[in-house]
Amino acid sequence: MARRRNPRARTHPGGGPCRLAFSIAVSSINLCPPCWYTGLRKGVKVVAKELRHAAAGAPRTLAGEFNWKVGGQQGEGIDSTGEIFSQTLNRLGYYVYQYRHFMSLIKGGHTNYKVRAADHLIRHHGDELQVLVAFDQKTIDHNLHELVRDGVILYDDAFRARVPEGREVRLYGVPLTRIARELGNPIMKNMVAVGVTAAVVGLPVEAFRSTIEARFGDKGARVVELNMEALRRGFEYGAEHIGQVATLPQLPEVRRHLFISGNEAVAYGALAAGCRFLAAYPITPATEIMYWLIKNFPRYGGVVIQAEDEIAAVNMAIGANYAGVRAMTSTSGPGLSLMQEAIGLAGMSETPLVVVDVMRGGPSTGLPTKTEQSDLNELLYGTHGEIPRIVLAPATVEDCFYLTAEAFNLAERYQCPVYVVTDMSLGMSRTSIDGLDYSRVRIDRGSLMTQEELDRLEKGAYKRYLVTESGVSPRAIPGMRNGRFVALSNEHDEAGLEEIEDTSTREIQMKKRMRKLDDLDLSEYVDYYGDEPAENLDLLVVGWGSTIGRIQEAIEMLAADGYRVGHLHLRALYPLPKAKVRQYLAAAPRVLVVENNYTGQLGGYLRREVGFHEKLEGCHKYNGDPFLASEIYSRAREVLMNG
Amino acid sequence: MAKVADFRAARPTWCPGCGDYGVLNALTRAVVNLGLEPEEVVVVSGIGCSGKISQYFGAYGFHGLHGRTLPVATGVKLANRELTVIAAGGDGDGYGIGLSHVLHAIRRNIDITYIVMDNHIYGLTTGQLAPTSDKGMKTKTSPYGSVEEPVRPLELALAQGCSFVAQAFSGEINHMAEVFEKAIRHKGFSLVNVFSPCVTFNKVNTYDYFKERLVNLDEDPNYDRHDRHAAIKKVLETGGLVIGVVYEAEKPTFEDQLPGFPEEGLATRPLALNEADFAELEKQFV
Repeated sequence: MARRRNPRARTHPGGGPCRLAFSIAVSSINLCPPCWYTGLRKGVKVVAKELRHAAAGAPRTLAGEFNWKVGGQQGEGIDSTGEIFSQTLNRLGYYVYQYRHFMSLIKGGHTNYKVRAADHLIRHHGDELQVLVAFDQKTIDHNLHELVRDGVILYDDAFRARVPEGREVRLYGVPLTRIARELGNPIMKNMVAVGVTAAVVGLPVEAFRSTIEARFGDKGARVVELNMEALRRGFEYGAEHIGQVATLPQLPEVRRHLFISGNEAVAYGALAAGCRFLAAYPITPATEIMYWLIKNFPRYGGVVIQAEDEIAAVNMAIGANYAGVRAMTSTSGPGLSLMQEAIGLAGMSETPLVVVDVMRGGPSTGLPTKTEQSDLNELLYGTHGEIPRIVLAPATVEDCFYLTAEAFNLAERYQCPVYVVTDMSLGMSRTSIDGLDYSRVRIDRGSLMTQEELDRLEKGAYKRYLVTESGVSPRAIPGMRNGRFVALSNEHDEAGLEEIEDTSTREIQMKKRMRKLDDLDLSEYVDYYGDEPAENLDLLVVGWGSTIGRIQEAIEMLAADGYRVGHLHLRALYPLPKAKVRQYLAAAPRVLVVENNYTGQLGGYLRREVGFHEKLEGCHKYNGDPFLASEIYSRAREVLMNG
Repeated sequence: MAKVADFRAARPTWCPGCGDYGVLNALTRAVVNLGLEPEEVVVVSGIGCSGKISQYFGAYGFHGLHGRTLPVATGVKLANRELTVIAAGGDGDGYGIGLSHVLHAIRRNIDITYIVMDNHIYGLTTGQLAPTSDKGMKTKTSPYGSVEEPVRPLELALAQGCSFVAQAFSGEINHMAEVFEKAIRHKGFSLVNVFSPCVTFNKVNTYDYFKERLVNLDEDPNYDRHDRHAAIKKVLETGGLVIGVVYEAEKPTFEDQLPGFPEEGLATRPLALNEADFAELEKQFV
């Protein structure tokens, strides 16, 4: 029987242990309504936030935030509606997190765009919704469960909205399509919807002007005014017929935020690190990295090449790195699989290489427009044979910038492939951040031969794969005199001759390559969050990558229940900082490993590398959506109660 | 100025009589005639007997994966356009596993010379069917005779609009060196298919086989190598059994058309951004 540190928090309204767990469709998360109820007791203090009473069946609301969503068919301009609203809120000074739900088709289906605005930094799109703008019934059907009790639905009265009986919502039909038609273009209903939203949350129309100008300015003043007019018409309708029925949080004191997605931050970090070459094949959700560099490289003399496939892309990046430019490729799961042979080439030929993997639902084509964290095994173990590799996993958009920049240093210092792994939810969601510290970007090109050093050598005496204590051999770059070498996919000796007969050469070179990472300690990328030392915890939650904000919010909910929960977050996965991870796992009574996949790949990795099999529990989600805080909360409660 | 000896490297282990010796010799003569220094040249090679050429040729080399010479060569050229980049491999490498890269390299017209040592057989793996093996050819993997039609590299390259298409033969090294010189001098993507007999595993497409059949277009004063239609017609008429420059056209290269792409090699430029750069870039994120 496990210890009961906080029996009070384990009590249900009806008494006794929780047996009412049921599964949400296509998710492995168990939600338990009575547990929910317990979690919603009034009067529990949450650090720096006020807990508001919420209805059973709906997640509780944390004050200081506002959640809005627009949904409809793809091709209706849902994205622009969401972008204009979220960008405006960011410009006004709110912390914003946006999340796009979309399908792998161009017209039809269902797409939605969630905007969460807060008075504090947020790392999660939020569990709930105060206002839903519905362009069709499907939007209501798909998203109603997120709406808080008495939440607002603004629907286009071109259709008749239906809400299940007994569901308490405030339903307002708005003539979005009609007003847009009056303005001469039905697609303008997006802007009308933004205008109605403005009225409903109490924002003036003019607050949107700078966003509209930035977006439509190059199409001329007439287009800007037409959009402003649509906004105004929507606003007037909203003000007259609905009024302000929702409230935005207080504006934070510091109001200058960068609004940036993980993909943009990766691309920006690469540029900042001196990367001037991207070879990639378009793939959701990684293509925005291409877009950003296509836009920004010309000013700095860089090149983006759209390769014919990912095999070509990675080989091009390897060729470019070999020839001395900082180069990378970016992709998602299917492309990553195609790249595996060449990852081994980079390892064997000791060519620096940065590969960005923006994970999506796998396997195969899988869920092209949904998020998942299921590439970990491939990143850790992929390619035939054995190579040194480095795996970095940014948790935030700031990380995307800093860790990508650092990836180029690591790739050149260790002359091996470096993965930067994110996922769709991090890559494609814009987030407001306080800013980036550019003084943290440093450029370290590792061990390079100088022309003077090469000139001092006898002719032809340079050895590219020279056996050194660190395993790293100084690199010459094509174009340098007397630095001739052949980069090799075949095993070779230290001079780069591949037709070797003796087995000892193989062993010497293998050891040389593999020991390069011996001194690489990535423990600075393992973070512990918690007021208590690990030995005082009820539970340690371990996560990696994009789940950080969701885990933190779940832990706040658990803290409100009186549990002591710590959080260990891994932003570097290979080489695994074992000592640091072991220290926390050893001390914690139970460990819950949270990850967006079915098999628990990080959990398995920790069992193999660190141990503690009996303590490790998993919280897995693989339906394509990122975690909600409430899902992690529920699973953690289950472990705490039954563990 | 570099001499032939400056381009010598490891001693080749090809079978005596292998056509690839001819390619190595002709390539060495070509770069010497062009006045290139060893550090100015990169040879990216594939997998197979022919792929070993980067070991034996005394310039910078990259011996990569099977079929992926052109992507690596593309990366090298874009990283440092001041380098002379030569991709070299066999027919399996270029027309089998790596065929799509050939077509896309042609589309881009990037300034690379691509030499394919075409022996109609898989040699290093001891005699299996190749993509250029003739229909009916008996090999270890086609013991009853191949039922597949061969890839026709010249037709493919011409159809795709390759800006320089040539063919050479290991039995005529002087001519091959001339063809290589022209190919390297050509600004844009150049394909040189070389009949390079495998003396061990292909007893059909021998030196004599080619000697009896090949027509040298460079010796034909009436042949207009700038006329693509005539080139296609000639290749169809001869079944591709020609040597010399088959087609040549002036076209802008990939690197010349890239916006903001510098004249000097990317690899030679400074990396760090300054505060003004960051301030400007940040404006995109409001």
